[in-house]
Amino acid sequence: MPERNPLDPEQGPIAPGGGYGAGMDLAASDADTLEYPESHGQEPGGPAGKPRSLWSDAWRDLRRNPVFIISVLIILFLVFISLWPGTIATQDPLQANLQKAQAGPEAGHPFGFDQQGRDVYTRVVYGARASVTVGVCATLGVVLLGSVLGGLAGFFGGWWDAILSRISDVFFGIPVVLGGLVFLSVVTNSTVWPVVGFMVLLGWPQIARIARGSVITARQNDYVQAARALGAGNSRMLLRHIAPNAVAPVIVVGTIALGTYIALEATLSYLGVGLKPPTVSWGIDISDASNQIRNAPHMLLWPAGALSLTVLAFIMLGDAVRDALDPKLR
Amino acid sequence: MGRYVIRRLLQMIPVFIGSTFLIFFMVYALGDPVAALFGDRAPDPATAAQIRNDLHLNDPLWKQYLIYMKNIFTGDFGTAFNGESVTSLMGSAFPVTIRLTIVAILFEIVIGISLGVLTGMRRGKPDDTGVLLLTLIVISVPTFVTGYVLQYLFGVQWGWVSPSVSPEAPFNELILPGLVLALVSLAYVTRLTRTSIAENTRADYLRTAVAKGLPRHRIIIRHLLRNSLIPVVTFIGTDVGFLMGGAIVTERIFNIHGVGYQLYQGILRNNAPTVVGFVTILVLVFLIANLLVDLLYAVLDPRIRYA
Repeated sequence: MPERNPLDPEQGPIAPGGGYGAGMDLAASDADTLEYPESHGQEPGGPAGKPRSLWSDAWRDLRRNPVFIISVLIILFLVFISLWPGTIATQDPLQANLQKAQAGPEAGHPFGFDQQGRDVYTRVVYGARASVTVGVCATLGVVLLGSVLGGLAGFFGGWWDAILSRISDVFFGIPVVLGGLVFLSVVTNSTVWPVVGFMVLLGWPQIARIARGSVITARQNDYVQAARALGAGNSRMLLRHIAPNAVAPVIVVGTIALGTYIALEATLSYLGVGLKPPTVSWGIDISDASNQIRNAPHMLLWPAGALSLTVLAFIMLGDAVRDALDPKLR
Repeated sequence: MGRYVIRRLLQMIPVFIGSTFLIFFMVYALGDPVAALFGDRAPDPATAAQIRNDLHLNDPLWKQYLIYMKNIFTGDFGTAFNGESVTSLMGSAFPVTIRLTIVAILFEIVIGISLGVLTGMRRGKPDDTGVLLLTLIVISVPTFVTGYVLQYLFGVQWGWVSPSVSPEAPFNELILPGLVLALVSLAYVTRLTRTSIAENTRADYLRTAVAKGLPRHRIIIRHLLRNSLIPVVTFIGTDVGFLMGGAIVTERIFNIHGVGYQLYQGILRNNAPTVVGFVTILVLVFLIANLLVDLLYAVLDPRIRYA
């Protein structure tokens, strides 16, 4: 299940140490290679232009990558329909017509009807909102919390680092779906926020490890030592010198994680502890349809297809961004 | 090595206490277990008070946790909602889930590694791109969707396998559920092997082996595979813990009476001993699997030495 570790294993071996050495080695090796294009960005013998930074280099790569373009188009479309679902689906996702229960497609209802006789097409369109909201909010929360905590731990080290590493181990030890079942079965609130909160609670250690590792690598760079020698304060060093050079691995893992959070939300909703009706969610619809797959497979296939396409788009985006930011594979 | 193992084992203690306490606390917040015991009927107040007393429910939470842990270490995991002891539930559930996990791991090893080797050596060719795209799709489709679709196709439509698993869950009935459980990890294993192989085909030692004129199969097996599979082996090792904890969805689809099924029942019925007991064991499995993987890593790659 994608909820396992959004951390793409291609980034490196599951490093030894399980605890701390782990994330560090991994992110460190990333950060090492990340500096590569900065020094070699200028094409030798080419027109003497401005040396390209890692970011402009990556952007050049991305613009030419069809995978990136396709995934961005899908994501833009998803964001659009989650903001204004009414533009392409004029019906009410909650309006039920029991006479039409499980009926197949007909004029004006291209995807047919579900168990309660609601229009599947409208529900698929409206379902995007819950998924995108959960994915974006959970990722923002995880990245903010994780990179602040992990970054500070990497920068200051000492007891704060030690305590944080043990706390993140505790959260790593809890299997995600299981934790979701236990934590969220208490909740009766039907909005997306408990689900988002749970994902942030269990997700931050992953980003924290990566942020910690890349901050430790960045901290050892000569220019950071130079800034320190020139009398820069902690906050200036962190914000001006370390953060810009440590953020790339966090962005890569965050993008891939976004897709997996969407899949996780659907899984939790499928198990009955994620989002709850009347919120329109693909996970709930798939769960409802799963009992009827023999009679009316269309009720399951459309929301499942939409969900898979969404997750695919974010994972492809993450893949493309990683390829662009990691020159090792060129 | 010995000192490293001891340090790691010591580090496990706070993690173990932390995770189990967290779960204990959450299950405690689930609601009144005594009321859940009586279902829809209102319990007799005196009986309820008696049960409450027997279960130490009047004590503060930390004390309940200590009592629970003391019982666990004497082998008493408490009683499940149906009056069976949690230990006997575990005795019937864990073998099933372990069999399921074994099937899943076998799929990962056989299919994942072969596909990874094939694509890694043909990097950039059409079949490589095809497999890569396929892994992306497999990763994107959630387990419960693949589960239902494959169950429908193989079990109902074509009738190749039985769509649900009998309570004894022998290996031959677990093939399809094992595949469903393995699919996402299988895709990760393929990608990981592919990257690793592709990196190592450009390594100096491989060029040397080719220059020495060694036969191709020997180069691939002794030189390329041996070095490329180290990260894969460690990934599969950590995956054991994830698969056992993540089998809830698969077990629900195929009606397998394993760990996930019992846990789900325990949560539905607010039964703290079942939930905490199973989670405690799963957390232990996860922690030990991680430790073994780290040790294995040092065995496979002599460059890594733990002091």
